[in-house]
Amino acid sequence: MQTASVLQGRENQIHRKGATPFAIDCNKDSLAGAVSQRACVFCGSRVVLYPIADAVHLVHGPIGCAVYTWDIRGALSSGPELHRLSFSTDLQELDVIFGGEKKLHAALIELIDRHHPKAAFVYSTCIVGLIGDDLEAVCRTVTAEKGIPVLPVMSEGFKGNKREGYQAACRAMARLVGTGDTAGISRHSINILGDFNLAGEIWLIRDYFRRMGVEVVANITGDGRVDDIRRAHGASLNVVQCSGATMDLATMMQQEYGIPSVRVSYFGVEDMAEALYTVAAFFADPEMMERARAIVREELEHLLPELQRYKAVLQGKKAAIYVGGAFKAFSLVKAFRLIGMEVVMVGSQTGTAEDYQELQQITDEGTIIVDDSNPLELSAFLQEKEVDVFVGGVKERPIAYKLGVAFCDHNHERKEMLAGFAGMLNFAREVHDSVMSPVWQFVPRRCKEQ
Amino acid sequence: MTTMPSYTSTTNACKLCKPLGASLAFRGIEGTVPFLHGSQGCATYMRRYIISHFNEPIDIASSSLGEKHAIYGGAANLKLGLRNVTGKYAPQLIGVATTCLTETIGDDVRRIIAEYEAEFHRGPDQPRIVSVSTPSYGGTHMEGFHAAVQAVVEQLTQPVAAHAGVNLLPGFVSAADLRYLKDLLTDFGLPCTLLPDYSETLDGEAASDYPLLPAGGTPLTAIGAMGGARITIECGATLPDKSAGTSLQRLYGTPLCRLGLPIGIRETDRLMAKLAELSGRAVPERHRAARGRLVDAMVDGHKYLSGKRAVVFGEEDLVVGLTAFLAEIGVKPVLCASGGKSGRFREAVAAVLAGLPVALPEVVEDVDFFDIEDKARGLAVDLLVGHSKGYTFARKEGLPLVRVGFPIHDRMGGQRLLHLGYHGAQALFDTVVNTLIAKKQDDSAVGYTYM
Repeated sequence: MQTASVLQGRENQIHRKGATPFAIDCNKDSLAGAVSQRACVFCGSRVVLYPIADAVHLVHGPIGCAVYTWDIRGALSSGPELHRLSFSTDLQELDVIFGGEKKLHAALIELIDRHHPKAAFVYSTCIVGLIGDDLEAVCRTVTAEKGIPVLPVMSEGFKGNKREGYQAACRAMARLVGTGDTAGISRHSINILGDFNLAGEIWLIRDYFRRMGVEVVANITGDGRVDDIRRAHGASLNVVQCSGATMDLATMMQQEYGIPSVRVSYFGVEDMAEALYTVAAFFADPEMMERARAIVREELEHLLPELQRYKAVLQGKKAAIYVGGAFKAFSLVKAFRLIGMEVVMVGSQTGTAEDYQELQQITDEGTIIVDDSNPLELSAFLQEKEVDVFVGGVKERPIAYKLGVAFCDHNHERKEMLAGFAGMLNFAREVHDSVMSPVWQFVPRRCKEQ
Repeated sequence: MTTMPSYTSTTNACKLCKPLGASLAFRGIEGTVPFLHGSQGCATYMRRYIISHFNEPIDIASSSLGEKHAIYGGAANLKLGLRNVTGKYAPQLIGVATTCLTETIGDDVRRIIAEYEAEFHRGPDQPRIVSVSTPSYGGTHMEGFHAAVQAVVEQLTQPVAAHAGVNLLPGFVSAADLRYLKDLLTDFGLPCTLLPDYSETLDGEAASDYPLLPAGGTPLTAIGAMGGARITIECGATLPDKSAGTSLQRLYGTPLCRLGLPIGIRETDRLMAKLAELSGRAVPERHRAARGRLVDAMVDGHKYLSGKRAVVFGEEDLVVGLTAFLAEIGVKPVLCASGGKSGRFREAVAAVLAGLPVALPEVVEDVDFFDIEDKARGLAVDLLVGHSKGYTFARKEGLPLVRVGFPIHDRMGGQRLLHLGYHGAQALFDTVVNTLIAKKQDDSAVGYTYM
C-alpha cells in the first residue's frame, strides 16, 4: 500500500480522539498542492443564494465559474425556476484589458428585460476583483433604471474560502431585508435560514411548523423568493440551520431589527424533534409545544419500527463522514448511532474550533476528526478504519467507490430527501442499500479478505 | 460567418473553460498530476465536473492562492505546491496550467518553475514540470486541451533517431475511443504513441488502494521520442494553425497528416486508408467486417431515419464528425452549433458533407443554449445529438437527446461511449435509430410490438 503520509503543515488539522488532549487547527487557508476538497469564495456565495428562484443570478466573469455551477443544486422551487439557468458575462480577453463594466451593464439590462426577475444578484469572480470593475456602481445604475434590487455579491474566489463566500451572500441578502411590508405577519412567525430545499426538504419542514401553528415568513433560501426576504424582518425568530452559511445574516438581523435566532438541524430524529421543541419553547406557548410533541409522536410511531429493520442489519457497521459544513456532521453522528452504526472518522471543509470541539464531545474514542482534508488522507482513513460506508459529496464518492466502500450522497445535487423524519428513513434506506449491495463481494478489498 | 454572438449575456453555455481541457490532457500522461496555478475553487470545480462524467477520482492540485498572493504574486505558493505534490504523489510529471487569476496578475510561470528546478536540483528523482498558459477568458476547454498537448510536445521531446512509430493525436475523445484507436493501430501492426491517453487513468479498474497515480497514460519516454516518428496523425477538422502536430513538424521535421475525427463511414475510411498506406497492409479483417455489418445495419434501419431532422451541438470537431455520420445514415442535420469559435466550423461541416445528398445546415459558432434554442425554433427538429447539458432544451421541447461526447452527467458510462471507427459508427447508429423508434412507439396511441 502506498501510505498517505500527512503533509507538513497539516498535522495539526487531524485529531484522534483520546490520544492527546483535544486540539485542532482550522479555518486556515488550504495548503498549496494538498488537493483540498474545498472550493472558493464564489462557491460559498453561489450555493447560498442559488435557490432564490425568482432572481437572476449573473456571474460576472469568465465562463468556467458560471458553467460549473449550472443546475448544480437539487434546490427545488414551487414556482419560478430562474435559478436553474446559468447566466454569465463570459468575459473575454478584451474585456479583461478594457474592463467589463459596459458588458455587465448590457447583460443585466438584457436579462432583466427578458426574464422580469424580482431582483438580480451579480457575482464577482477572481478576474473582476483584479481588473477592478465597480460592481456597486453598475448595480446602482441598473437598480435605478429597472426599479428592482440589483445586488453585488463580492465573491472574488481568491479572497478566502467558502466561509467568506457565505458572508458575502449574507451581506447581499441583508440589503433586501427590511425593504418589504411586514403587515399581517403573525406573532408566531419565523424565518427558516439554512435549508436549501434539496429534494423538497423545506416543504416538509414548513409543514411541521404549519402543524405547530407557526407562520414561516421567508425561506432563506430554499424555494426562496425575493419579496419574502424583503419582509423577513417581520418575523419573530430566525431558525438557523447550516449555521456556517446563514448565521451571519441572522446576526445582522439581530443587530438591525432585534430578531433573536436559534440554531437547529433537521437531520436525524433527535435533532429534528429538538428543532420543533426549540421553536415551541421560544414562543412559550404550551399548546404549541403540545402540538410539536404530537407531531414527533405521530412521526416516530411510523418511523421507529421501520428504522428498527434497518438497524438490525446495519448494527456495528462503521461509517465515515466528510461534509462541507460541520453542522451536518453533528446530526449524522447521531443519525448513524440511531441505526446502530459507529462513526470512526468525521471531518469538514470549513468547520470552526467550536464545531470540532462539539464533534469530539459526541464521538467515540479513537474517532479521527479532520479539517480541510484531501483524497489521500481520506482514502488512508477509510482503509485504516475499515469503513463500511462513507458519507460525503460528489468529490468524495469516487474515493469510496474506487476502494470498494459503500457511499451515501449528502451533497448539493442529491435527489433524495434526507431532512425531517421522513428523511431519516430515506437516509437509513440509502445507507442500507449501499452497504448491503451484492457488488462489494467482487471488489478487490473484499476478495483479499476471503 | 459571423462570430459575434447575438446577445451580450450568456445563458447556459455550450463550452467549458480552458484549464479544464488542459487538466484532462495532462491526466492522459503516465504518472502525471495536473496542477492549476490559481485559486482553490478552479481545481475543485473542475474535479467535480470531471468526476461527474467519469465516475473516477481525479486529483487536480492547486496553488490555492489567496488575497495576498493576488497582490504580491503566486510564486511562493506555486513552489510550495509543486514541492508538496512531489512529496505526496511522487509523480513523473506535473502539468501546470494557469488560470485567469495568475495570467492577469502576470505570474511568469516558466521563470518560477525554472527557479524551482534550480532550487530543488532537477534530477532523476524529481518530476519533470510542463507549463501551459490557459486563461479562461482566452478560449474554451478545447483550446486548453490542444494547448496542453502542444506544451507537452514542445517541452518534453528531444531530437532522437528516426523510428517506425506513428504519433496519433486524437483530440478530446472518450476513454473507449482511445482504447479503440490503440487496438486499431495494433491491428495494422503500427507502433503508436497516442497522446494523450486517459483511457485507463480516467476509466480504471476497481482497486484496493487509492490510485495516487492511476495506471496508464502516455509514457514519458514515448513522448520524448515523438520527434523521430515517421508521421504524426492529428485528428480534428477545426484545429488551430499551430498545434502539437505542427510543433513536431517544425522542430523535428516529423511529417504531419491532419484528418477529421474518424466518425461515420467516410471519415473512418480516410483514416483506414492512411493506416493501410503506412502499414502496407489491407484494412484488417475485423474492421473490414465491421464496416460491412455497419452498412448492412444502415440498410436495415434507413427508413426509420429518413428525413429526420437533427440539431448537433458540442465541441466543433465532434460536431463536424457527427454531422457527417448523421448525413450518411439519412438524418438531416439542420443546425450545427458550438460554443467554440475556431472560425473554421462552417467550412469543415461543408467539407464533410460534400457529395452527400443533403443541404448545408445552419452552422453557428460561439453560441450558448439560449442561441441554440432560438435558432432551432421553426426547424421542425426531431432529435438532439450532443452532451448531457442539452437535456434542459430537450426536456422543454419534448425532444429525444442522443448523448455523446462530454460531459454526460445524467447517465452512466459516458467514458465508455464509442464514437470512432466503424465500430463506433455502429454503436451510434443503433442508439440513434432506436431512440427514434422508441419515440415513435412511446408516442403511438395503440402501442405495438413490431417495428
